[in-house]
Amino acid sequence: MDLIATILVDGLIYAGWLFIVSVGLTLVFGVLNILNIAHGSLYAIGAYASASLVGAYFAAGGEAFPFGSYLALILAAVLVAVVLGPLLERGLLRYFYGRDEVLNVLVTYAVFLILEDVMKLIWGVNPYFVYEPYTLLGDVEIGPLFYVGYDFAVIAAAIIVGLAVWLTLNRTQVGKVVLAVIHDAEISQTMGVNVKRIYLGAFMAGAFLAALGGALTAPMISVTPGLGVNVIIVAFAVVIIGGLGSVPGAAIGALMVGISRAASVHLVPEAELFIIYFVMAIVLMFRPEGLFAKTQARKI
Amino acid sequence: MMHLPVYVSAIIAFVLLAAGSLVLPDWAMFLFAMALAKGLVCLGIVGMMRGGVVSFGQGLYYCLGAYTATLVANSFGVSDIFLLTLISAAVCLAVGLVFGPLLSSYRGIFFAMLSLALSMVLYGTLSKMSFIGGTDGLNIGAPTFLGWAPEGRPLQTALYIYVVAIVVIAGALMRIYFDSEQGLITLAMRDNELRVEYLGASVRHVMTYNYVFGALLGGIGGTIAVLALGHVDPEFAFWTTSGEFVFVAILAGYLSVPAVFVAAIILELVRSFSNLYFPNTWQLALGIFLLIVIVALPGGLGSLIKRSKETDT
Repeated sequence: MDLIATILVDGLIYAGWLFIVSVGLTLVFGVLNILNIAHGSLYAIGAYASASLVGAYFAAGGEAFPFGSYLALILAAVLVAVVLGPLLERGLLRYFYGRDEVLNVLVTYAVFLILEDVMKLIWGVNPYFVYEPYTLLGDVEIGPLFYVGYDFAVIAAAIIVGLAVWLTLNRTQVGKVVLAVIHDAEISQTMGVNVKRIYLGAFMAGAFLAALGGALTAPMISVTPGLGVNVIIVAFAVVIIGGLGSVPGAAIGALMVGISRAASVHLVPEAELFIIYFVMAIVLMFRPEGLFAKTQARKI
Repeated sequence: MMHLPVYVSAIIAFVLLAAGSLVLPDWAMFLFAMALAKGLVCLGIVGMMRGGVVSFGQGLYYCLGAYTATLVANSFGVSDIFLLTLISAAVCLAVGLVFGPLLSSYRGIFFAMLSLALSMVLYGTLSKMSFIGGTDGLNIGAPTFLGWAPEGRPLQTALYIYVVAIVVIAGALMRIYFDSEQGLITLAMRDNELRVEYLGASVRHVMTYNYVFGALLGGIGGTIAVLALGHVDPEFAFWTTSGEFVFVAILAGYLSVPAVFVAAIILELVRSFSNLYFPNTWQLALGIFLLIVIVALPGGLGSLIKRSKETDT
């Protein structure tokens, strides 16, 4: 019984994290039709930026009000989105809209490679530690098990992010416009929608979510080069399982991957590294376009 | 080169490349051998690219071939390079025949991601298998050539000539395949799959062939690479390794077979020199290089040679 509870709690924590890092990816794909490998770099930059910012916050006397460091985390993600979002979308990606999907993967792969080294140039190769926000929330006791409170804050953040994205898309005017652009950018343009602005906005939102994922993770780990390499592949798996472009799909994908990984960690530790891809392969074998993908007509 | 029969071009290519063994210094010969071995893997990707799909997981076969050769060499004392290549190729062929039919119905991003997932499964498995070295990998001894066991420079030369021979044979065979009925159907699929099916050809069969050839070439490339390096680790199957293969395939384009090997050599040269002169920014250089290729040379290097020949590609 304890084992099942442990697996579920671990799985949920991991799923929350997975959802935050992958929902931006699915959003960007849904609107721009670009599977963004550089999402991993944005995640890593978010982690570095938050490490620097939180460090600066405490250096500037933040000890008096340590909870302010959470604001610093979010501010770091906003900064990354505001600086890099327009730079990447306006400066590069817009020239590739409507091109082959796989070609666009390669364009973002190039961006990924470039950003990997840019990060080394800016932050060096030594690890950064910002443990303060991680310990602030104390411990949580569930039956015989102890968890760090921060882990549950990540789940809460995931739920907030998910609801915010879903409500924005489905319950606001902006969201309706975005959905119209997803459906048909050209018709939307003729109806007077500023498609360029929607693209930019969607990409910035995706960049923010990637960076937020990194920023929230930074207190839990040591921030080192190569952080984004593994994240992006895991996020891909989640997004593909759920169906590219689907927000509920990303949530289901994150839960499936999160719980299977937690199960494998406790039951078959050898399988930990590949269980994610295994789940993805199984899902794709039965649902070749993912669980929540829209069916598309074949072009003749 | 334009209208020579394939085998004549192949012989000329072999003589030219093999002559390199007389003039190239040791480091360059090693670099060329590695580049050509990786070029074989990339040739497999190019074969699939002609049909409009790109495998982001060709490291699967590169790694599988390398591990098969290493395990066979270490467990059974086999050191003959011909035998090792044959066994690895057979294993990769078998695995390719299992996954090929499964993957043949996927396109675009799904093909790319599923192939990537398969290679990451292998990466994860190998990393956790401590009895075959885990993340440290395994060492393999120097190969022998039908009983002849060279050392030092002769070993390097022999290995280099062996790679050149394999590359030339594989290149010529793939060229013949590309120009065959199946190969041309692959090109037609790139334009419109449904039409090809209505004309009576099986798209799935052709995709399977392309995938299986890719598997075979990947395995051979991996075997040669591990024999040249003397060491294999799970990184062979990591997605960034596969990403480099895709990089070479994009740089080469799908129009020309020799371009694949030229591209592979260019990448190895760029890597070596960047590692030497600016070790912390070589990925940056690679990324910018990739963007330039995508923007300025969308058909790849091959399009430079073939532009006059194939006007409407």
